[in-house]
Order: sequence, then structure tokens, then C-alpha cells
Amino acid sequence: MKKFFVKILGNEKRQAITIPLFSILISLIVGMILIAALGKNPFTAYLNLLQGSGLFPKPKYSAYQGMLTDFTSFLNMMTPMLFASLAVAVALKAGLFNIGVSGQMLTAGFIASVTVGYSQLVAPVAKPLVLIIGILAGALVGCLIGFLKYKFNINEVVSSIMLNYIAQYLFSFFINTRYIDDISRQSIAVKEASRLTLLKTPIGNLKVDLPLGIILAIIIAIGIKFLLDRTRLGYEIKTVGSNREAARYAGINVGKTMVLSMVLSGALAGLAGVTYYLGYVQSIQPKVLASTGFDAIAVALLGNSNPIGIIFSSFLITAVTKGSGYMNSASGIETEIASVITGLILLFSACGAFLRHLVKRWKTEIEEQEQTRKESK
Amino acid sequence: METIIIDGLSFALPLFIMAIGGIYSERSGITNLAIEGLQGFGAFVGALFVVLVAGTAGTDSQPVFYLSFLFAMIGGMIYALLHALLCIKFKANQVISGVVINILAMALTSFLTKQINKSVFNAPSDKFQLGVSTRFSIPVLSDIPVIGAFFKNLYPFEIIILVIAFIAWFVLYKTRYGLHLRACGDNPHAVDAAGRNVAKIRTVAVMISGALSGIGGMCFAYSISAKFSSSIYVGYGYLAIAALIFGNWKILPTLGACLIFGFARSAGYQLVQVLEKPSSYSDLVMILPYVLTLLLLIFFSKYNRSPKALGEIYDKGKR
Repeated sequence: MKKFFVKILGNEKRQAITIPLFSILISLIVGMILIAALGKNPFTAYLNLLQGSGLFPKPKYSAYQGMLTDFTSFLNMMTPMLFASLAVAVALKAGLFNIGVSGQMLTAGFIASVTVGYSQLVAPVAKPLVLIIGILAGALVGCLIGFLKYKFNINEVVSSIMLNYIAQYLFSFFINTRYIDDISRQSIAVKEASRLTLLKTPIGNLKVDLPLGIILAIIIAIGIKFLLDRTRLGYEIKTVGSNREAARYAGINVGKTMVLSMVLSGALAGLAGVTYYLGYVQSIQPKVLASTGFDAIAVALLGNSNPIGIIFSSFLITAVTKGSGYMNSASGIETEIASVITGLILLFSACGAFLRHLVKRWKTEIEEQEQTRKESK
Repeated sequence: METIIIDGLSFALPLFIMAIGGIYSERSGITNLAIEGLQGFGAFVGALFVVLVAGTAGTDSQPVFYLSFLFAMIGGMIYALLHALLCIKFKANQVISGVVINILAMALTSFLTKQINKSVFNAPSDKFQLGVSTRFSIPVLSDIPVIGAFFKNLYPFEIIILVIAFIAWFVLYKTRYGLHLRACGDNPHAVDAAGRNVAKIRTVAVMISGALSGIGGMCFAYSISAKFSSSIYVGYGYLAIAALIFGNWKILPTLGACLIFGFARSAGYQLVQVLEKPSSYSDLVMILPYVLTLLLLIFFSKYNRSPKALGEIYDKGKR
């Protein structure tokens, strides 16, 4: 048994991939047990998840719908998730925990909605403007958190949570008093010209929602990878993250680097916000923070804070979330099971360090046993 | 004025008991961001007990009321064991573990609430309805002008909290276990050298923290909403953490911080009513405790001295 684990997980170079995969596997198995305990077939349930995400054909589709429709709406949901997870990851690299992504998303989404979303600007002007405003608004909030940490030694977790609540209630107040749609009880829908998703675009005989942001998201993920691995700023961020004292002795301006990484993280969260509130959806529900910002923590952890890894992990987590709606209608399993599975994945990936430690110990144990066997011969 | 004190107290005291739990955990060296999840899970277990005994209608029965707190404690304690396991045995990052625990608690409890409602009571509902807790006034004392409000319209749990808070204070500062616990947070190696088991002391501290958080969660379930649903996760756990940081990881100053939060909140609500503004203005009031926390932290964080070994994974070989 031990030998088996050491064989598949032992290679330290491959551990960055094998250990997250192992965590996912365990959590999926636990999820299966849970579903089976409810008296449902776990295999059909998981198949439903894939079908709901457009990764596997459903038995039947309504008019103008097909696998592609599901898949693009899956990508539409994945775009903000990818940005949000990159935001968490950049902060994590600097040793900071940005749990305020949801609040930054809301801030960016609200400001962009109010300034551009309700204006009469034409699409070629409005869409880039939305992105820029999103970046600026998010970066500003991120900067505030970084500044409070650097200047006043306020734990970034506490301050970003406080800012989450402040954003949530403040914008809910503005929406309720000025921008409320009386029928939907949400903010008034933004104009189509400003939306970052092209609605009902005809492709063949299908009508699909095309998310423009996904291309940008993947480009930016690669860009962040380059920034972290190949530039001076990235090196400084990583040094500050792994050892603040060492970074200080090496002459790195620790405070400035921390603030900068929070600005970067906030900007990414802002992008997540505009692709969520002006792309995936078109209005803001008062008093509710998008769960994307919290799920993004799971995604970033699972992807080992590596931008390329995050592309894959956001794909997985979005598939679980997105597919759960179809799973609910097809197999009658509550949609909440999706967040339970996400939570489990988080739980097991948090144990990654322990797993690494355990495998290493087993490896030395086995090596020692072999050594003694050789000697006794 | 009276309502400000009455409402402020009934908000501040549950916050206080959760903050004490946080102090126990953090003074032993384990960062505890999981309070939010612990209080929710505790309240879930307590509420589950109530609906299983009394049905979905809720009940006014006193024994059920008190027993529900016991179950909330047990629920919080068992769930806290997960945090202890992750942080102490599995050596996970404590901040991450705390957040994971919170996310999992939210997912699990809302899933289980729905599932249990469906399969046990055959009702599609995402909440457990509880009764509204009775209130009482202490005779004579409550007749004193102004100060009397502190003794008027009390929830029974406010008394429970004060008793438990006193015991917690006594244990932390006056007993041998409390001394070991505080030493674990500052210098775990010394505790180890003195022949004590650091892992054990810390595990117990985290479990106490879970039990106390469970009480806090149950109080909120009984007082503010009269039900258990996912609306219990509104961040009071995080507010408790802010209170204990502001209280410099000491029990009495933390009580002060909690009272400030409580009175700021109830005074704000009162203000909206006095000014006769529409209900959407209460959103602005809800911001008050959070803004206040940030401002206070700006002024006081510099003088704060957190436990020295807070958040560090204890490694015997590092001495």
C-alpha cells in the first residue's frame, strides 16, 4: 500500500501536479459516497455535471440549443472565476491572503455599471471602457488593503472582510435607493452595448452566448505566469511571500512590493467583477456577494497558485458548479452538493503539505527497509 | 436610549463569547479564522436538535431551549476538531484552513438543512424554524433609571454567557491549564521542555473555541432571526475576530470592543427610526460596525502585541 502511494506520488518534480490530482480524486470519491448515501447513482450524477457544462451531450436539447450553447455558457461562467482565482493567487504569492475578492468584484461591477452600463455609449467605446474602469476600481480597493497592511499593520484578512461587508451594504443602499428595478428586485440591467458577453449570437443553427472575456483571461493568465517567473517584480513578490526577513536583507522594499501585489490582485478581481456583473449576469442583486470570490480561493489553492494550473482548476470547479443545475433537474440532487464538493476539494488540497510530508517519510522508510534487506544478504 | 442598551447588549454578548473562543485558540498559538464557520455549524446542530424534538413549528419549551445550547456547544466542538486536525496534525496553513472550514460549513449546513427538511419533514424549506426566546427583567434593578436598561428585557442566554465568560476568564488566567495554554502561544518549545504536550493543549483550546462559538451562533439563531438558515453567515464571526484583535487578545478589553460594536449597531438603527428614513437606510447603518472596526484597527493595531508563536506550525525539531 505504502509502496503504491510512494510510486505514484513520490516523484518530487511531479508532485506539483500529482498531489492536487490526488486531492481531487479523494474529494470526488467522498462526494460519490455522499451521493450514494442519498440513494442516487453517483456515476449518473457526475455524468450530469459534465452534460450540464456542455462537455458531454445531453439526451435532448430544445430549439436553437446544443452542446455548444452549454459549453459557451460554461465558458461565460468560467471567465470571472479565472480572473478571481488569479487575483487570489497573485496575493498568495506575496504571502497575502486576499479574501476580499468578492467585495472588489462588487465595487468594480457597480462602478462600471453606473458609469458605463447605464450610458448611451456605443459598443466599441463602452466595452474597453468597462474593462478599464473595472481594473481601476479593483486596483484601488486592493491598494487600500495593501496600504492598511503596510502602514498600520492591519491583518489583510480582517480588513478585506470588513471592506467586503462595507461594499455589500453601501452598494445595496445605492441600488435600493437609485437603481432598483421594481420587478426583478435587482439593479436595472445594463445596456447590451456595455456587456462583455455577446448574447444569442447565431452559430450554425444554434444561438450561443459568446463570452469575450475568456480570451483575455487566458492571455492574462499567461501574462501573470510570465510576470512571476521572468520579471524582477515577480521575483520580488515571490521573495517577499516566502520570507519577508530575507527579502528585507536582500534590499527589497517589502512594503512597496506588498502594496503592489495587492494592487495587481485587486485589478484582477476588478476584471472578475466586470466580467461577472456586466458579462455573466447583467444586474446586481443587492446585499449579495458573488460566491465566485470565495470559490476562487479553492481554485487558486488547487492550482497551486500557478496561473497555468489555475486555468485547469477553474475549469474543474466551474464544471462542478455549472453542472449542478442540470444534475438537480435530471437526478433530483440538491444543487448545494456542488458547493459541498468544492468545499471537500478545498479541504483535501489544504492538506497537500501534509501529504507531501507523509509520502516523503514513507519513501525514506521503504528505502531504509531495502537497505537493511540488502545488507542482510 | 433604553432600546439602544437592550439591543446593543443582546448583540454584543454573543459576539463576546465567540471572541473568547477566539482568544483561547489564538493564545494557544492557533490562528482561528474559522469562528464564522464554527458558530454556524454549532447553531445548525442546536437548531437540528430543536426541530427534531419539537417539529418544524418551533417551541417555547424551556428544557429544549437550554439543551439546544448544549448541542450547539457539542456541534461547534466536534467541527472545531477538524480545524485542530488540519492545523496541528496535518500542518496546513492555519489561515487557509480557517477559510476552508468556513466555506465547508456554509456548504454543508445549507445542503444538510435542505436535505433534512426534505427527507425528514417532507417540506421543501431551507431553514429550521425556531421559537423566539422569552425575555425577562430583573426586578428592582431594572427600575433604576438609565442603568436599569442593562437589566431589562434580557435574553436568558445573556446570563449563560456572562457565567461562562467568567469561568473562561478564570480558567485562562488563574489555572495551571490556562498558564500552559498561554505559554503555548508565546513559546511552545518551553512548554514542550517542561514536559507538556503542545499538540494536546492546542487541540483542547481549539475545541473550547468551537464550543464557545457554537453558543454564540445559537444565540444569534434564537435572538436575531428566530430560525436557522444560511442567513446566519453574515460575518459576525469575523467581527468577533476583529474584536479580539482590538482587545489585544485579552478578555476584558475584548468585552469593551464587543460592547462598542453592539451599541454602535443599535444606536444606528435607532437613528434611522428617529429620522424616519425608509428601511433601505438601514443598509447604511449596517456598515457602521465594520467601518468602526477598520478605524479602530488603524489607531490601535500598532500597539497590538499578538501571541508570539501565533500561526506558526509547531515543529519539535526547530528548537
